Amino acid sequence: MASLKDLRGRINSVKSTRKITQAMKMVAAAKLRRAQAQAEAARPYAERMEAILALLGSAVASAPGAPPMLVGTGADKVHLLVVVTADRGLAGPFNTNIGRLARARIRALEAEGKQVKLLSVGRKGAAYLKREFASRFVGEVTFAGKKRVDFADAEEIAVQITEMLEEGGFDICTLLYNRFRNVITQIPTEQRLIPAPIPEGVAASEGPQALYEYEPTEEEILGTLLPRNLAVQIYRAILESAAGEQGARMTAMDNATRNAGEMINKLTLNYNRTRQANITKELIEIISGAEAV
Amino acid sequence: MATFQFELVSPEKLLLSRPVEMATIPAIEGEMGVLPGHAPMIVALRGGVIRVQENGTETEALFVAGGFAEISAARVTVLADEATPLSSLSRAESEQRLAAAEAALRELPLTEPEAKRDAAMARVLAMQAAVAAAGAA
Repeated sequence: MASLKDLRGRINSVKSTRKITQAMKMVAAAKLRRAQAQAEAARPYAERMEAILALLGSAVASAPGAPPMLVGTGADKVHLLVVVTADRGLAGPFNTNIGRLARARIRALEAEGKQVKLLSVGRKGAAYLKREFASRFVGEVTFAGKKRVDFADAEEIAVQITEMLEEGGFDICTLLYNRFRNVITQIPTEQRLIPAPIPEGVAASEGPQALYEYEPTEEEILGTLLPRNLAVQIYRAILESAAGEQGARMTAMDNATRNAGEMINKLTLNYNRTRQANITKELIEIISGAEAV
Repeated sequence: MATFQFELVSPEKLLLSRPVEMATIPAIEGEMGVLPGHAPMIVALRGGVIRVQENGTETEALFVAGGFAEISAARVTVLADEATPLSSLSRAESEQRLAAAEAALRELPLTEPEAKRDAAMARVLAMQAAVAAAGAA
C-alpha cells in the first residue's frame, strides 16, 4: 500500500492537472466563439459567389474549351488530396479522424491504381500522414504561430493548387476537412474542388432567369471567378476546421477535467482510509503497550 | 427617391447591406453609376472607390482592390477582393503595398504566362488606385 506521503503527492499532481485542463477548456471556449464569428462572417461572400457561379457555370461548362478548373482535365489518373487539420493536438479525436479518413481514401485510390498526391494544411495531419505516406507529399502549409487565418492565407494555397493544375500535376482535387456541426460534433468531410461542382438550385429558385450582360466576356469573368471560388472554398474549410478544433478541444478538456475530479475523489478516499488505519494501528500499539506494563 | 438593395461583401465579412439611391462602381471598363432599375449585368471590378448615395448625399466611400458585381433591377451585390473604408485607408501603408506589388511585377520573368503577368499588373494598378484614394481622403 502506498504511504500517506505518496498519496498526498499524487492528489496534488492530479489537482494541478485538473487546473490546467480547466484553463484549456476556458481558453478553447473563448476561441471557439471567435472562430465561429469568423466563420459566420465569411458565409455571405461564399453564398453570393455560389449564386454567380451557378449562373455562369452551367452556361460555359457545356461549351468546348471550358477552363479545366471547371470541367477537369478529362482524365482521372492523379488525385490531389488537400488535408486540413489543426496545428495543435489535445483536441480529442479531431485530428485522428481526418487522418483516418485520408488514409482510407489514399488506400482506396491506390488500390484502384490511381496516383495520389498530398497537400497538408496544419501540422498535425502532416505528422500523422507522413509516417506512412511521406513519398506522396507535394506540399505542406501551416498556420502555427499565427493569431488568425485570413483570406490571403487561403488564397496562397489556392494559387499553389492552380499552378499545379496548370502544369498538369493532377486531374482531380479533393478537400478533406472537419465540418463543424455543433460544439460536440465535427464531421470529417470530403469535398471535390476540381472539377468544380456547379451549385444548382440557387439560380433555378429565383424564378424566370434574367438575361445578364457581361463585362468583360463570360469566359474572362469565369477565368477570374474560378480561382477565387477555389480560395473561398479553402478559406471556408479552414474556418470550419478551426471552429471544430476549438469545439473538439473544449469537449476533450471537459472530459479530462471531469476524470481528474473523479480521480481526486478516489485518491482522497484512499488517503483518508490509510490515515485512519495508521491511527488505529498506533492506538492498538499504545494500548497493548500499557496493558503489558 | 427610389432605392435599391446594395450589398458589399468581402471574403472576411459583410460590409454593407441596405437600400441606397445610387452607387458608383469601378468596373473594369470604366466607372459606372448604378440607379434603381438598372439592366441586369455581371461586371468585373478593378481597384477603385465605391461610392454610395442616400438621400441625395454621399454616405459611404470604400476602396476595393477588385472583384465582381452582380447588378439587377432591385439589387446590387459587390463581391470585393478586399474592401476598406476610405477613412481607415492609410496612405503610407498603401504606398508600401504598391511598392511590393511593383517589385513582384518586376521580378516576374518574361517567360511567365501572360495571365500571370496580367494579374501582377492588375495588382499594381489596384494599389496605385489605393494610393490615389488615400491621398484624396
